Amino acid sequence: MYRTPDGKDIFVVDGHTHFWDGSPENQRNIHGKQFIDCFYAYHTNLSPKEQLWPKGKFEKYSADDLYRDLFIDGPDDVAIVQSTYLKDFYKDGFNTIERNAEVAKRYPERFIVNGSFDPRDGEKALEYIHFMKETYDVKGVKMYTAEWNGASKGWKLTDPDAYKCFELCEKLGIRNIHVHKGPTIIPLSKDAFDVHDVDHAATDFQGLNWIIEHCGLPRLDDFCWIATQETNVYGGLAVALPFIHLRPRYFGEVIAELLFWLGPEKLLFGSDYAIWTPRWLVEKFWAYQIPQDIAAERGVQLTDEIKEKILGLNATRLYNIDIDAKKKALASSPFGIAAE
Amino acid sequence: MATASVSGSREKELWRRLGEVNDPELDEAITEMGFVERAEVMGDGSVEVDFRLPTYWCSPNFAFLMLDGVRKGLDRLSWAPAYRVKLHDHMFAEEVNRGIEAGRTFGDIFAELAGDKDIAALRETFSMKAFKRRQEAVLRGLREHGLTDREILGMDLAAYDAARFEPGEAAAQKPRYRAALLERFPDRRAGDPVFVTWEGRQIPPAALSAHLAELRGVRVNMEFNGALCRGLKQTRYKELGVVDGEPTLVDFIMDRVPARNAPAV
Repeated sequence: MYRTPDGKDIFVVDGHTHFWDGSPENQRNIHGKQFIDCFYAYHTNLSPKEQLWPKGKFEKYSADDLYRDLFIDGPDDVAIVQSTYLKDFYKDGFNTIERNAEVAKRYPERFIVNGSFDPRDGEKALEYIHFMKETYDVKGVKMYTAEWNGASKGWKLTDPDAYKCFELCEKLGIRNIHVHKGPTIIPLSKDAFDVHDVDHAATDFQGLNWIIEHCGLPRLDDFCWIATQETNVYGGLAVALPFIHLRPRYFGEVIAELLFWLGPEKLLFGSDYAIWTPRWLVEKFWAYQIPQDIAAERGVQLTDEIKEKILGLNATRLYNIDIDAKKKALASSPFGIAAE
Repeated sequence: MATASVSGSREKELWRRLGEVNDPELDEAITEMGFVERAEVMGDGSVEVDFRLPTYWCSPNFAFLMLDGVRKGLDRLSWAPAYRVKLHDHMFAEEVNRGIEAGRTFGDIFAELAGDKDIAALRETFSMKAFKRRQEAVLRGLREHGLTDREILGMDLAAYDAARFEPGEAAAQKPRYRAALLERFPDRRAGDPVFVTWEGRQIPPAALSAHLAELRGVRVNMEFNGALCRGLKQTRYKELGVVDGEPTLVDFIMDRVPARNAPAV
């Protein structure tokens, strides 16, 4: 819960968090090292100085760190923890659903554990979707179209194998498809982060919600265009939001575009923990105003009402969270770790 | 002494040539981005250049475009030296280095890695982005200056050249837009308007705001890459112990905010 300076309580759903192990012991090869190094560079690059972590902690942090940073020191009521396997880079995977389910087990009311699958696994992917539904009752999945898999350096949402998987998701009620469309990290598959496949998939699967993480940046214009056409496409603000600290005016330009094209109902807060922690992000976001000239040019405002939607209300709709019931459940499930 | 001054002027010429190579994605000089780690004229006149990108993952096609630019720049050096260009710490460093050394084309180098690659189309895309970004900076600068949209869109090259800006983004981009315009439309006539769309269409005054909104979209994307690239480059070689260098980073990044808006929020 975030309490605003004037005492209002804001329900916060953190749409994008991780519990990863990027430690040297778990790295399979140089790619694993470079991947976590790249994340760490994002962390050091965009965080306020007082929020910086030492490298060792960033590579592998504890479950208690996570509880504290998200829920005790942090304002999150509920965190969606995403699964990213990267088994070509990490021996036990980067953050698998097993690892996420384990951390969630202690405070089940606090977490929504999302799964992941790789359509290139064919029949096995379909079996795995069944497995995740039966074992973890997943409501959503995280898709990483640029993940390596043997000789393949990426895939598209429109691949026939992917369509089979989405058909199954729809049938099983796994309705929220989070897709990483963000900064180029795995470049050779030049289409892997291209956003155009979202357009077709969203049209063909109207029963699914397509949450595009990082709003397709740096392809914001393409993303906005597609999201405007499709009623079931949402934007996740992870990575875009931290710019609020170092480059507030730039963040204003991004959020103004998003509000202009998508409107306030289609944007979701996400910290991308542990790249960033939610507390400073939410505090700065609540205090933020779009610079006047940009707001005027686009005819949009970031009102308290809109901020509340972005911080939590929009996600509660996608994940069917009853806020009053959730508040009661959280109140009866206090934390067992010491808040520092 | 003569040797020293020869090598000094060669060194200068070398850096000038390198400074003409742009990061195609960001439309900024590779020397300004800090991608050239080392450039040296050796005792025998040969040249060595070490090149390092912000991340291990940086797109290899961009890496290729830049290194190809470097190679062409070095080919133009007045003393025609032998040279060695090396890309460091990149996921495809070996492939790129081998290919560049052998003078192979991008398609050759990456055929086995990436399937189809249309590097000419990519170059065209980057030229378009640079054109739009530069144009936006100048257009906004002229509006800031108090010119009406009609006056701005009525400018020809002579009027354009006469315009002066305070130091800042618009001033920096003015000659660069001029270059991009002439490259795009080499056959333009003296009285033709300076501000047209990439496709060469006139912009009616009533449509300037919409046009600027489109250009802004292009810049928002480019700046996202730029901010990350600069920051990543900065942090890549620093571990936490030296991150109190953050003010440098802030300064560095804030430089990219148009001067008139710098402390806006």
